[in-house]
Amino acid sequence: MAEFWLQFLLTIDATLRVATPLILCAMAGIFSERSGIIDISLEGKMLMSAFAAASVAAVTGQPWLALLVAIGVSVFLSLIHGFACITHRGNQVVSGLAINILASGLTVTLGIAFFAQGGQTPFLKGDQRFSPITLPFADAIRDIPFLGPIYAEVISGHNIIVWIALLAVVVTSLVMMRTRFGLRLRAVGEKPEAVDTAGISVVLMRYQAVIIAGVLCGIAGAYLSIAHGAGFVREMTAGKGYIALAAMIFGNWRPLQALYACLMFGFLDAVAARVQGLELPLIGEVSSDLILALPYVLTVIFLAGFIGRATPPAAIGAPYVKER
Amino acid sequence: MSTTLPRWIDIGVLPLLNILAAFIVSGIIIAIIGENPFTALGVMLKGAFVYKGALGYTLFYTTNFIFTGLAVAVAFHATLFNIGGEGQAMMGGLGIGLLVLALDAVVPAFLLIMLAIPVSALMGAAWGAVPGYLQAKRGSHVVITTIMFNFIASSIMVWLLAGTLMEQGQMAPETRDFAEGVGLFKFHEIAGMMGIKVARSPLNLSFVIALIAAFGVWVLIWRTRLGYVIRATGHSEKAAVYAGHSPQRIIIITMAISGGLAGMMALNEILGVQHKLILDFTSGFGFTGIAVALMGRNHPVGIIFASLLFGALYQGGAELDFEFQTITREMVLMIQGLIILFSGALVYMFNPMVERLYHRIVGPEKGAA
Amino acid sequence: MTIKTQHNARGGTPPPAIALSGISKTFGAVRANDDIALTVTQGHIHGIVGENGAGKSTLVSILYGFYQADRGKIEINGAHADIKTTADAIKLGVGMVHQHFMLVPTFTVLENIILGHEHRKGGKTLDDEIALAREELSSLAQQYGLEVDFDALVADLSVGLQQRVEILKTLYRGAKILILDEPTGVLTPQETDQLFEILATLRQQGVTVLLITHKLREIMAITDDVSVMRGGKMVAHLVTKKTSPSELAELMVGRQVLINADFHEAEKGEVCLTVDNLTLTGDGGIPLLRGISFDLRAGEILGVAGVSGNGQSQLLEVLSGITPPTTGAIKIGGQVISPESTTTPNDVKNMGLAHVPEDRHAMGMVLPFSAAETSVLGYEDQPSLGSGFWFGPDQLERHCGELMQDYDIRPADPSLKCNLFSGGNQQKLVLAREMSAAPKILLVGQPTRGVDIGAIEFIYQRLIAMRDQGCAILLVSVELDEILTLSDRVMVMNNGASMGIVDKRDADAQSIGLMMAGVV
Repeated sequence: MAEFWLQFLLTIDATLRVATPLILCAMAGIFSERSGIIDISLEGKMLMSAFAAASVAAVTGQPWLALLVAIGVSVFLSLIHGFACITHRGNQVVSGLAINILASGLTVTLGIAFFAQGGQTPFLKGDQRFSPITLPFADAIRDIPFLGPIYAEVISGHNIIVWIALLAVVVTSLVMMRTRFGLRLRAVGEKPEAVDTAGISVVLMRYQAVIIAGVLCGIAGAYLSIAHGAGFVREMTAGKGYIALAAMIFGNWRPLQALYACLMFGFLDAVAARVQGLELPLIGEVSSDLILALPYVLTVIFLAGFIGRATPPAAIGAPYVKER
Repeated sequence: MSTTLPRWIDIGVLPLLNILAAFIVSGIIIAIIGENPFTALGVMLKGAFVYKGALGYTLFYTTNFIFTGLAVAVAFHATLFNIGGEGQAMMGGLGIGLLVLALDAVVPAFLLIMLAIPVSALMGAAWGAVPGYLQAKRGSHVVITTIMFNFIASSIMVWLLAGTLMEQGQMAPETRDFAEGVGLFKFHEIAGMMGIKVARSPLNLSFVIALIAAFGVWVLIWRTRLGYVIRATGHSEKAAVYAGHSPQRIIIITMAISGGLAGMMALNEILGVQHKLILDFTSGFGFTGIAVALMGRNHPVGIIFASLLFGALYQGGAELDFEFQTITREMVLMIQGLIILFSGALVYMFNPMVERLYHRIVGPEKGAA
Repeated sequence: MTIKTQHNARGGTPPPAIALSGISKTFGAVRANDDIALTVTQGHIHGIVGENGAGKSTLVSILYGFYQADRGKIEINGAHADIKTTADAIKLGVGMVHQHFMLVPTFTVLENIILGHEHRKGGKTLDDEIALAREELSSLAQQYGLEVDFDALVADLSVGLQQRVEILKTLYRGAKILILDEPTGVLTPQETDQLFEILATLRQQGVTVLLITHKLREIMAITDDVSVMRGGKMVAHLVTKKTSPSELAELMVGRQVLINADFHEAEKGEVCLTVDNLTLTGDGGIPLLRGISFDLRAGEILGVAGVSGNGQSQLLEVLSGITPPTTGAIKIGGQVISPESTTTPNDVKNMGLAHVPEDRHAMGMVLPFSAAETSVLGYEDQPSLGSGFWFGPDQLERHCGELMQDYDIRPADPSLKCNLFSGGNQQKLVLAREMSAAPKILLVGQPTRGVDIGAIEFIYQRLIAMRDQGCAILLVSVELDEILTLSDRVMVMNNGASMGIVDKRDADAQSIGLMMAGVV
C-alpha cells in the first residue's frame, strides 16, 4: 500500500513537471485568443525560446539572463505574428504555422552553426540552469506518514519555473477578470467594434495581448531547456504547444479550467510512462500510445459539442476592419 | 485583393516578390551563420538537378508535394483550411499497409497495386471527411480538428507499428516487407526495360499518378459542376444557398476530396519506395503542401511548379549536409517557414507599394478596367 | 433642386448643438456625402430621413469620429470641433447608439457601460470602479427612466433593453448630444413606444437627439425638426409640424426622369401563385412578416411598394425557398410550400419560379466569377452545359454570349470577371439568366438599384415583355415611380404587413405614400 502511495505521489509529481510548459503556453494562448488572435504558434515560440535559453545558458552560464533572452526571442516571434495578423490582416492560422515551421528549421540550423553538435546545445550543469528547490525540512518530515511524502515528493523539489507557471494561472485569472485591461482584452476578442466605438485602439490591445503570449511562451521554452532539461534537443517541444492549445480549448479559454485540463493532460502523460505494457483485467494490455492520444481525442469530442459546449471568443480569427 | 493592378502583376509579379522576400531573409540568415548564401544556392541547385540521379530524387520529392499541395488547394477553393495533410497521408499509408500485409500472400501483386491506389485515397478521404462533417454539422472548426486528427493519426501509427504490426524479432517500429513485386515501378526500371540507362533514384510511377491527379483537380475545379459549386460556396455561401446548394454537403465532400489527395501521398513513399509501412514517412510533407498551395495560388499548374521548387529545395538541401559543416537540410524547413509567412500571412504586404509604383509609372487609374 | 431651410435664429437662443457645413466624403468612386449642411437645435429631437444608401449613416459616422470627412466643418455647441477619433467625439459630449449594438454579449450590463471609461471614477481596482459606476448609474437610470438590471448578461436581455443599455452607456460618458442610427429597426412596436418615451424624457432633460431613420411614422411621432437626404445630398430641412408623411416620402424617393416603359393594360391569365396568411418570425421572436396574403396571376406585374426594411426582403426569401415560413402557405401550381414542407430553392425553381435577388453582389452573382460562370448560377444542372459531371467552359461561354447579345450586356466578353462590369450590366446579366429560364413566375427585387438610366429603360421593357408573354411577375422596389410605372396592381408593405393592394387605376404617389408611411 505504502509503495502504491509513493508511486501515486511520484506520478503527481511528474504530472506537475510535465504540465508546467503546458500551463504557461495555455495561459499564453488565452491572452492571445481572448483578444481575438488565433495562436497555433505556441509550439514554435516555445521551441525557439528553448533554444535561445539553452544557448545563452551554455555560453554565459547565467540562467536568469537565458530566461530573459528566451522571452525576448519569443516576443519577437509574437511581433511577427502581430505584424502579419493585426497590421496586415493576414490569415492567423497561416502565420502561426509559418512560425512553427520556421522555428523548427531555424533552431537546428542555428544550433549546428553555433555549437556543431547536430542541433543540440551543450549539456548544462549545476548553476547553468534552474535547479530544483528543496523546500525547508523536506527530508526531515519525509517519514511522517501520509503528509510527509506529499510535502517531500510533490511539493518540494521543483524548480522556480514550476512555481512561476502556477503563479501565471493566478495572475492570468486576476488580470482577465479583475482589471480594466482584462475587461478590454476580453471585449476586443468578443466584439472589437464595441471597443473601437468606446475610443480604445483595437490594434494596440491586440498587440499587447500577443506580446504577453510571447512572454509566457518564452518562459515555457526556457523551462524545457534550462530547468526541466539540461540543454536543447532538436524538436524538444514535441507537440507540447499543440497539447497546450488543446488544453486551452478544453478549458474553454478560461485560466482555471485550462489549468485543470493541463494537469489532466499532464497526468495522462505521466501515467502513460508508467503503465506501458501493463496487463489490466478486462482492458488487456495498456497502450501508452493511445493514452497519449487522449488529449486530442477529448478535445475533438469537446469541440464537437458532445461534452460541454465550447464557446470560443466570438471575434476570433477575424481581422478587424472598420465597416465601410 | 487589388483590382487596380493588371493581371500579370497580380499573378506574376506579386507572388515572385513574396518568394523573393523569403529567399532574401533566408540569405541573410545564412550570411549571419557565416556562410555565403550564393555558394549555398549553387550547391543546392547542383544537388537538385546536376548530379547523377539528382533530378530523379528532386522529382521524387516533387511527387509528395504535388499530392499534399493539391489537397490543401482543393480545400482552399471552398475556403476551408485543411492542415490535416499529415494525418490524412498517414492514414493513406496505413490503408495500403493493412491491405497489402493482409492479402499479399494470396492476391497477385498487380491486383494489389491496383487496389492500393483507391484504398490510400479512401482512407485519406475518411480522415478528411470526419473533420469536414464536424465543421458542417457540429460547428467545430476544421483547422483545430485537423490539427488534432494529425496527432491522433500519429498515435494510431505508433500504437500499431510498435505493437500489432511490428515485425517479429525487430526493434524498429515498422512492418515486415511487402511481398516481392508489390510496389510501384521505379522510373529507372521502366527506362531500363526500354533500353535507356537512367541513374537509380526513388522516382516511381506515383509521379505520373500525381500529374494525373493534378490534371484531375484542374478538371474538377474548373470543368465540373461540383467544382463550380465548390468555388461558388467558397466565394459566397449566400450565393450558393440562393443557387440551391447546401454548403454543409459541399464542406464534407470537399474535405473528403482534399483528404483523399493527401492520402495518395502514401503511394509514393510506401508503395513506391519503402515497400513496408514505417513510422513518420510523412516527414512534415503535409505541412509543406500548405506552402506549395499558397505559392501555387491554388492552381494545379502553379502547384506543380511550386512542388518542383520544394522538391529541389529538399533534394538540394540534402546536398548541403555533405558540402557544409554548418548548413543542413533543416535550412530548407526554415525557408519553407519563411515562404509560408511571406506568401501566406503577409501576402498583401507588397500590394500597396507595388500599386503606388505602378501608378507612378503608368499613370493614375489607367490600370483599372 | 431647392433646399428648404428653416431658420431658428431667434435672439438669445443658445448656439446650435450641431452645425455641419460642406461635409463631403467619398469611398472609392461613391460620393457617400456631398456638401452636406445641417443645423441641429439644442434640446430638439432632430430626424434625418432617407433611403438606404442615402448617406445618413456615413454622415453620423463622421460626426462620431468613426470616419473622417474629406472636406467640411463641424461645430459642436458653437465651437469648432476637430473630431478625429471616436474618443474625441465622446469628449465633446457626442454619444451614439449604433444600428448594430456595440455591446459585448458575454459581459454584464455594468461591464459594458464602463468599458473604456473605467478610469474616470478613480477607483483602484476594477471592482472599485464597478461599484462607483453602479451608484452613478442608478441615479442616471432613475433620472431618465432607463431602468435595467445592471448585473444581467447583455446576451440575456431583449433587444429593447440592450438598446437601453446603449443609451445609458452614452449618458454615462457624459453625452449631451445623442445620435441614434435606425434605432427601431430591431424593435417590436411596444419597444418602439418605450424608446420614444425615453427620447421624450431625454429632450425634457436638455439632451439633443439626432434620430436617423427611414420610417416616416417615427419622424412624425417624435421629432421637432427633420432633414431629408437622398443620394448623398441633403435635399430639405423642415419643421416636423409643418410637413406631412407624403411630402417626406416624395422627397425621400425623389422624382426620376420619366422613363418610357411603353406600359399598356395586361391580359391577365389564371392564378399561378397564391400566398396565404404568410408569417415569418426572426431571431428573438421579432415578427418580420405578418399575415401576408395575395394572388398573382399569369401576365400581370404585382408591385410591392414600401420603404425598405418593411419585410420585402423576407418576402422574397420565403417565396424563393431560401427561408422557410413560420406559418402560412404558398401555393405554386399544385404544389404547396409550408413550414412543414422541406422545400429548397431548387424545388421552387423546378416549380417554374425564377428569382432576381435584391442584393446582386452577395446573392445574385459571385463577384470573382467570370460572367460566363455567373450566367449559370443556380442553373448548373442544365444538360446543355455539359453531360454528367462535365461542365464545359465553351458551353458556358456560348450560353453567356447569347445572353449578352440578347440583353445587350457590355462589354460582351463572357470571360470577364463580374466585378469589372458596371452595375447596370451586372443587373442585366442576372436578369438575363433568370428570364432566359422562361419561368412561369418571376420574383424581381430592386431591379434598378445602382443601374444607369439607359439600362433602366431596357430592363423595364424586358419586364413588360415578359409579362406580355404570360409570366407572372412580383416586383419589389423602393422606387415608387418604378412600381407605379410597371405594376398592374400594387401591394404596399409596412412593418412586415400588407397595407392593402391597389389597382393601377386607383394608385397614385400620394395615396401609396400614405400607405407606405403606415398612416392608412
